[in-house]
Amino acid sequence: MLEAENRVSLEIFEGPLDLLLYLIKKDEVDIYEVSIERITDQYLEYIDTFKILNIELASEFIVMAANLMYIKSRTLLPRNEQAPEEDIDEEDPRWELIRQLVEYKKFKDVADHLEELEKKMDDVFIRESEHAQLGTSTNIDLKDANVFDLLTALSDALENVKEEDLIEIFAEEYSVSQKINFVKESLRITKKLSVTDLFCGMTSRNEIICTFLAILELMKSNEIMAIQDNSFDSIIVKSTKKIVNLSENSNE
Amino acid sequence: MNNDVEILPEIKQIIGSLLFASKEPLSISQIKKAINDTGNILDGLYKQYSKVNDQQIKESIQLLENELASSTTGIELTKVAGGYRFQNNIFCGPFVRSLLEKNKTMKLSKPALETLAIIAYRQPCLRSEIENVRGVSVDAVIRKLIEMQLVKVLKRSELPGKPWLFGTTSRFLEHFGLNSIDELPNSNELKRIVSENIKIGDQA
Repeated sequence: MLEAENRVSLEIFEGPLDLLLYLIKKDEVDIYEVSIERITDQYLEYIDTFKILNIELASEFIVMAANLMYIKSRTLLPRNEQAPEEDIDEEDPRWELIRQLVEYKKFKDVADHLEELEKKMDDVFIRESEHAQLGTSTNIDLKDANVFDLLTALSDALENVKEEDLIEIFAEEYSVSQKINFVKESLRITKKLSVTDLFCGMTSRNEIICTFLAILELMKSNEIMAIQDNSFDSIIVKSTKKIVNLSENSNE
Repeated sequence: MNNDVEILPEIKQIIGSLLFASKEPLSISQIKKAINDTGNILDGLYKQYSKVNDQQIKESIQLLENELASSTTGIELTKVAGGYRFQNNIFCGPFVRSLLEKNKTMKLSKPALETLAIIAYRQPCLRSEIENVRGVSVDAVIRKLIEMQLVKVLKRSELPGKPWLFGTTSRFLEHFGLNSIDELPNSNELKRIVSENIKIGDQA
């Protein structure tokens, strides 16, 4: 028992059912033949070990412990002295748990199967390339980023955003003017920023689009400029004011 | 076919080219559309391509698959996620990996695999159904799987609170090299339990 405990790490047991299956497997008994009394004792022993090791247990482990003790207590009583219960009629109280274990075991087997498939697919490659890009700005010196480069940066940023409609619990409000301030503020701190950095950490399309519009707005009013050193390099935005200030300083 | 005037490619050749050029697995209907449309647009001798049907395409695919397999080109034609694609011979994989410098590949965790397995068989399925089977909270795992585009939201259920129903994506099939969910083991047995469970969700 002790050596087993030493080997055990909590990662192996994702949940209480994993632990139960492990115990059953270790005992080399059939799931259907499992002794609730024995497995409950073993289970609680492990829970104690976890506690000694100061491993924080998921609440599910405690729920399962309670459930096991309940089933155990019922099986200990002679049938005619068992308290009447609404849900379970004449059924063996072990049954529900066993059914759950059997079902879980099946899916675990499938998961193993998937793991094997995944491993096999490790050596499988498919073509990823598209049409070779011809003509478009191969060696053209692009100092100023054009709108399309900006749009590319935008769509790249949007692509990284996960499908929104599923997690959208709180309505997030972003406005262009708020983002104008954000961009200005960011540029005040660092002299220049890449567009991707600006989008970094933004998780909603709305927010990215507002930021993008803010960049366009600031470019229009000549407050910032977008520079791209080489084609397909990242686009850098920087404040035009700084440059003006610098030149003014040098003139003085 | 009259080779003196113009070299009209065989259907098998066309399909080979299409699969070569495509990033995604191609379905029969996509292949058919490309061939038929070209026939209509180019007209003249090409007109005959506008009448190519599913049966011809299937036969040609089979032909192509056999020829590729017997000529040991290192390329194979496989059926994945309901479509066809080229992929390398699995034994050549290590060489490709070294070329692409893809030595560290993404491995899904056990909880992720278990959750995927449950969703795969039970879709459309609720988060609570997965949790019932696994006995632990699966919120974070599902979120991660959605991010990886292996799982998607299908629709809202009619249950109180309208919880989401999840399903696997074609990316899931591609990732595991499956053509359909039915290729998974015990699919009949594990799916059947679903229908009993799901009816609560569907009719409520």
